[in-house]
Amino acid sequence: MFELLGIPPQALFGQLLLGLINGAFYAMLSLGLAVIFGLLNVINFTHGAQYMMGAFGAWMLLNYLGVPFWGALVLSPIIVAIIGMVIERTLLRRLYQLDHLYGLLLTFGLALIFEGLFRRQYGSSGLPYNNPLPGGTNLGFMFLPNYRAFVVVASLVVCFATWFVIERTKLGSYLRAATERPDLVQAFGIDVPRMITLTYGFGVGLAALAGVLAAPAYQVSPTMGSNLIIVVFAVVVIGGMGSIMGAILTGFGLGVIEGLTKVFYPEASSTVIFVIMAIVLMVKPAGLFGTAK
Amino acid sequence: MNASSSSSTPAASGVAATSSSTLTVLGLLAVAVLLVAPFGVYPVFLMKVMCFALFACAFNLMLGYTGLLSFGHAMFFGGSAYICAYTIKEMGFSPELGILAGVVFAAALGFVTGLLAIRRQGIYFAMVTLALAQMFFFFCLQARFTGGEDGLQSVPRRPLFGFIDITQDIHLYYLVLAIFLFGFLVIYRTIHSPFGQVMKAIRENEPRAISLGYRVNQYKLLAFVLSAALSGLAGSTKVLVFQLASLTDVAWQMSGEVILMTLVGGMGTILGPVVGAAVIVTMQNYLAGFGEWVLVIQGTIFVLAVSLFRRGIVGEIIAIAKYYGGRTGN
Amino acid sequence: MRLAAIFLAASSLVGIGVAQAADPVPVKIGVLNDQSGLYADLGGPGSVWAAKKAVEDFGAAAKGLKVEVLAADHQNKADVGTSIARQWYDVDGVDVIVDTPNSGIALAVSGVTKEKNKVFINSGAATSDLTGKACTPNTVHWTYDTWALANGTGKAIVKTGGDTWFFLTADYAFGHALERDTSKVVTDNGGKVLGSVKVPLNNADFSSFLLQAQSSKAKIVGLANAGGDTINSIKQASEYGIVDGGQKLAGLLIFLTDVHSLGLKTAQGLNLTAAWYWDQTDANRTFADAFAKANGGKRPTMVQAGVYSGVLHYLKAVEALKSAKDGAAVVAEMKKIPTDDPLFGKGEVRIDGRHIHPMYLYEVKKPSESKGPWDYYTLKATIPANEAFRPLSESDCPLVKKG
Repeated sequence: MFELLGIPPQALFGQLLLGLINGAFYAMLSLGLAVIFGLLNVINFTHGAQYMMGAFGAWMLLNYLGVPFWGALVLSPIIVAIIGMVIERTLLRRLYQLDHLYGLLLTFGLALIFEGLFRRQYGSSGLPYNNPLPGGTNLGFMFLPNYRAFVVVASLVVCFATWFVIERTKLGSYLRAATERPDLVQAFGIDVPRMITLTYGFGVGLAALAGVLAAPAYQVSPTMGSNLIIVVFAVVVIGGMGSIMGAILTGFGLGVIEGLTKVFYPEASSTVIFVIMAIVLMVKPAGLFGTAK
Repeated sequence: MNASSSSSTPAASGVAATSSSTLTVLGLLAVAVLLVAPFGVYPVFLMKVMCFALFACAFNLMLGYTGLLSFGHAMFFGGSAYICAYTIKEMGFSPELGILAGVVFAAALGFVTGLLAIRRQGIYFAMVTLALAQMFFFFCLQARFTGGEDGLQSVPRRPLFGFIDITQDIHLYYLVLAIFLFGFLVIYRTIHSPFGQVMKAIRENEPRAISLGYRVNQYKLLAFVLSAALSGLAGSTKVLVFQLASLTDVAWQMSGEVILMTLVGGMGTILGPVVGAAVIVTMQNYLAGFGEWVLVIQGTIFVLAVSLFRRGIVGEIIAIAKYYGGRTGN
Repeated sequence: MRLAAIFLAASSLVGIGVAQAADPVPVKIGVLNDQSGLYADLGGPGSVWAAKKAVEDFGAAAKGLKVEVLAADHQNKADVGTSIARQWYDVDGVDVIVDTPNSGIALAVSGVTKEKNKVFINSGAATSDLTGKACTPNTVHWTYDTWALANGTGKAIVKTGGDTWFFLTADYAFGHALERDTSKVVTDNGGKVLGSVKVPLNNADFSSFLLQAQSSKAKIVGLANAGGDTINSIKQASEYGIVDGGQKLAGLLIFLTDVHSLGLKTAQGLNLTAAWYWDQTDANRTFADAFAKANGGKRPTMVQAGVYSGVLHYLKAVEALKSAKDGAAVVAEMKKIPTDDPLFGKGEVRIDGRHIHPMYLYEVKKPSESKGPWDYYTLKATIPANEAFRPLSESDCPLVKKG
């Protein structure tokens, strides 16, 4: 194993950058979860499955219809979002007045169904998806594949655009108002149920977009989401449930922390997030960026 | 959650009130059926059902009666299984001591996690327990004595109390049945004791319970430790049945499974978890031949349970009984 | 249904007592493996097919055996696996369980099999403990094990100049065993291990670990992992330019289906050890063609071929004994008669339950060399049977010490 001093600073720099890249995925996924939770009060356990469906969407578009990666980047999230909106209309909607627990359990069941269906159809060892941006740049301290650089930039753009729309625009203020007082907003002539459906669709679309971005980097496999969902969950809790900025910053931050753990104590790298979650919940129960209710 | 449990509680007490002697007769009948069951049904399967039923009942003590959703109960179930398996296999403990060691460990673990977790409510409580369970999972993966991914296999079935042979499945069956009934009675007594009443009061309205002068956190902690210890009892017993302890028992999916059992059976009802466990275990057993459809079917049941019969199988039956009972009564 | 099964089992027991000579000898084979999860592609339904094919090719009916093949999914859970095994032995009258990938479950099933005095022929699991400290008189390990993989790949690579190693190790028992065995082979042959990193379960991103491997400057990056982990690490190694930077990857456990899933573009140049490859002999190709016809064009893996070969040998032993009921006796017979079948050739089952046969070192073809899907390997070296597996002198199997 490595020791702290045994690591040259450049290598550490490389690891930090890698952490940021992974953080980009966490940020996008937890952002979607946070949007859905913040505006619908639903803990969307299907998020992992929707991420997986995004990746499969890209694969299917390529292999059945010949749509390249860049097309899939737009199409696949839209398709998955539409499926999500159908689910919201038919199933989730009926649970809004009940405890959070029911939404969580329903979406957990849906996640099992989706994963099972894809396993049945495509097996579990995964399918290859070619890298649309081969090659890379030698930064001196590390070799940065072009595709990974693209992922970070794309994720940053999407995350901050989302934050901007929700926190700084009129549309966003409608949304936030609708979650506080749906009756009042409805009275002003805004179709609240439709807005909620669209919001759910948007959150799901974000998950699917992360899935498309993940397809070339990882294997497209039915289990890719279920391994991730628990971690992303933790990210949202640490950031503060429902806090948009919290989800983004925590996503990137935890990516970096996890990256560093991979160097100093690699065995623990999949557990470190939970340690942080436990500590945060003890010290600041509403999460780092959340406000206590 | 409050919505459904509050509606089922009066129902449960209503049934209990109608005739407690009928209930006793029914209970004795059920025990009689269980006594002869292994001659008609494969005993190992029945033992598995009972282990999970006990686990689900213990879990239900938290969720159904104190309103706390734990997402980490696998750590008590699996942790106790490891301790029981290790003490029996490597340290030569007899089965009863092994089980005792497992239960003590689970209770101690429950005490520590409880101290940390009960300060939070709702989804945050679930998250704290999840986080702690993930850490415990990591510990089990790393610790040498657990055998890592391979787990502990071929745990011997030594004679119980030094002279009762339990290598025969049918003998073991009666031991498991005794343990199950013991655990079930403990839970039954707890729920119907003054302590159980306070727990329900906390579930229904915590601030009010506090204002009435109850030390809510102490009650919650006690309930948590009890639930953990009984989960541990289930886990240890399972070791004797399958002669192995593995990572599956401490993984978060196990925590999810026990939620599923409780939900399907009906949370907040005393029999619900038993029925739920029986349904789910039977399904896993008989659907094993369906391969990948298992996941889809399980998910569908989840969705149906949440969308259509939120009270669970037993909860719905009680509701129907109450409906007709109310009508004929009038 | 359960009652019926019990009556069936009971009546068949009676049947044996009454008329052994006239009636065909009943044999029940249970294929217990992963039908839906991580290992479904390398074993799964294909293994069931292979077992049935073996029964058919053996001509069981003509030789006085009445063979039935069952299958079940252990879902990669040890408790599910052992309950199925127990139920099969107790209720359904199964005589032999075959395949069973996942080392933890394999060890557990091996224990149950010994207790019930049945037979366990493992093809899918990797752990060399099955014929080591956990060996039993009822278990035969057919296809490969961690020792053989480490020995095959490790030795060959060190000999061709790859003498400094860095390991990416899956952080569980199987990965540790693989790393330990390979490290020993590397150092015994004059190589050096520069370091290793333990990768937790369910980790999809290997870039950080690959970077550590890169900065170690080792010539060889050994992948002591399996399945999705191996696939992801190879894929990302190509993305991060590990291979272009002059380092070589050595996959310690790679199945044909993994290569298929990776695609040749990413997998090319990889060295790997395997027990069997479909395109090596005419007999193999005939088997593979039949397999492909029945399994949607897929080619069989070494695990599936091992199931076929193992079942065939088992049936020979049962035929000789005219009964499948005494598991230990059947395994003793399997050890007595030399193995000989179209796929694995001539060999033997050793006292510790290890099936001895040659192992092969393959290199994954370049896309330009491949004639099409499933044409993936070129043979680089053959490891003779007497060198391929752990010698008995190093064995910690109790059966060996006794004899």
